[in-house]
Amino acid sequence: MKPARWPTLLLLTPASLIYLLLLVAPLIIVAIFSFGARAPEGGYAAAFTFEQYARLPTRSTPFVNTLGLATGGTIACILVAYPLAYYLATRASARAKTLLVALIIIPFWTSFLIRTYAWVTILSSRGVPALAQSLGWASEMVLLNTPGAILLGIVYNYLPLMTFPLYVSLERLDKRLLEASKDLGADRWGTFWQITVPLSAPGLITGSMLVFILLMGEYLIPALLGGGKIFFVGNALVDLFLQSRNWPFGSAVAMALTVIMLLVIGGYLWATARLGGEGRDAVSLF
Amino acid sequence: MNRKELGDYLKLLKRDQISRRDFLRVTGIGFAASVLAACAPPATSTPTAAPVAASLGDRLDLTTWPNYHNLANFEAFTKETGVAINLNVFGSNEEMLAKLQAGGTGWDVFVPTNYTIPTYAKLGLIEPLDLSRLPNFDAKSYEARFLDASQAPGDTNIYAIPKNWGTTGYMVRTAKVTDPMATWKDFFDLTMDKYSGKTTVHDYQLTSIGNALKYFGYSFNSVDAKELAEAEKLLLAVKPHLFAITSDYQPPVRNGDAYIAMAWTGDALQVKRDYPDTTYVLGREGGEIWEDNWAIVKDAPHKAAAYAFVNYMIRPDIAALETQGHGYPQVDARATALLSDAMKTDSIMYPAQDLLTPLEFGAAITLTDPARAELWARVKSA
Repeated sequence: MKPARWPTLLLLTPASLIYLLLLVAPLIIVAIFSFGARAPEGGYAAAFTFEQYARLPTRSTPFVNTLGLATGGTIACILVAYPLAYYLATRASARAKTLLVALIIIPFWTSFLIRTYAWVTILSSRGVPALAQSLGWASEMVLLNTPGAILLGIVYNYLPLMTFPLYVSLERLDKRLLEASKDLGADRWGTFWQITVPLSAPGLITGSMLVFILLMGEYLIPALLGGGKIFFVGNALVDLFLQSRNWPFGSAVAMALTVIMLLVIGGYLWATARLGGEGRDAVSLF
Repeated sequence: MNRKELGDYLKLLKRDQISRRDFLRVTGIGFAASVLAACAPPATSTPTAAPVAASLGDRLDLTTWPNYHNLANFEAFTKETGVAINLNVFGSNEEMLAKLQAGGTGWDVFVPTNYTIPTYAKLGLIEPLDLSRLPNFDAKSYEARFLDASQAPGDTNIYAIPKNWGTTGYMVRTAKVTDPMATWKDFFDLTMDKYSGKTTVHDYQLTSIGNALKYFGYSFNSVDAKELAEAEKLLLAVKPHLFAITSDYQPPVRNGDAYIAMAWTGDALQVKRDYPDTTYVLGREGGEIWEDNWAIVKDAPHKAAAYAFVNYMIRPDIAALETQGHGYPQVDARATALLSDAMKTDSIMYPAQDLLTPLEFGAAITLTDPARAELWARVKSA
């Protein structure tokens, strides 16, 4: 081996060790556990059985909830973030841009937990419902512990993850292409769909991946804003490990979540690569 | 975090919004919820206590429930011994058990509920207490049923010392709920009918399944497959009518989001202090009576401090101060004698005898039975 490669290897060692010890090794343990049995007092007992996987259908609702709300949350984030990022990148003055970016980032200095818990207060009957009632808009209104509350929590917490990749790709957009499109007779809508959207696709894909992947593992938002009634897989997992202490079944659910995530993301990337064309090499996540 | 901040934090927890079990649970079960007490041992400033402090060390890890202590007692203990208390707050016995089973907790003292003791003893996570190191313990002043409930059956050793007892019933805001409520049948039937969306149940299989079993008149501790299937059917039918499945039910009840909430003694008492229209109902069919215990982890890293701490906390005057703070009745008759008359006659703390008689202590199997655990996980995931 050439001596020049040693520094490279040395520098890669910490990352490789972390990767092996904290990602690969636990994944192997989870895989092994998923074929085990629950010990009488809870925990893991060595065994080789497919029983845990056979019971996965009893957890279909959390999987449906997770996939549904992760997809819905990602789309909602796109709908809110795109105009915002577009305004930031193309319309806002330099000063307004700095201010707006700061306003988006500053809430993130507060803990995720506190920010989400604040919504419990806002959505509980003494918050928005009481306000709506006093204004005569509604007599009885329940906002907290509903799917809508969870969706709101998702958009609120994940919006920056969508906004910034979009902002970056929109800001790099070559304005001359817009002019060319206009000169060639396209209306504003046509220009938007044929020029702006395809060119911002890398940001759109990166943002969607960031939001979607994190949402698939979400636990806190449904726990706080769903009142323990609307479960994500993350909540089901916590219950299995800490409440019913069924580690093997929990491991099987975790494996299933991992597989589903890989399939969905693989499918999404494959589809966008086929449809999108440009910019697919800019998807730096994988 | 210094002691002042700890106090402020726990005061915050006592208020409506940032409070109680679920908040602590979602913060990461004792990792983020653990509150670090002051770490400046005043040993040098109290020379007389110095020799004791030297042998006890300067730190103790206590794992307990939220709103379950009088913090003045902790401060006094730290002042006397130089041992700073590191407090971890947990939401359920299952979580405590799961953490201890996984090992490496570093806990010294914890506060498990009666029905967990046999399991902890069986798994070798606790060992018989060395009573010679607990001179303040006097078995004669403890009611036998509470002392019995906390020990491993067929084992004469004392594994844990009863701390407080209480019941599991439900609280009702009578300003909103005018129907008379006296049974678990009322609780579930009215939830599915007139007060749909206004009820909470515990996020706890033991009590939520147990009380659903009482609806049919079965034992709170049943592990019979047919009876559990009926309870599951009821819980699944009730679920869409619940405001929440949560052990953090003080905020919704105080806010007016929920009118009816499955509740433990002290929570009902604490809400009633601020909302006098609150009543506490024990189902006529029966239900749960429980007690929590001081226990010392077998591998406690600060064992000497652990014994000193438990011995301090079971001193009758200190134990009485605990109850004045949180409103859970005492097990030690010497401590009960020191309570205020208002507390001694409080109907939430000391329900009428005919309501207490049908209550059952949770059994060890009720906590560990896989069928019950899976049933509850299924109901919540539905």
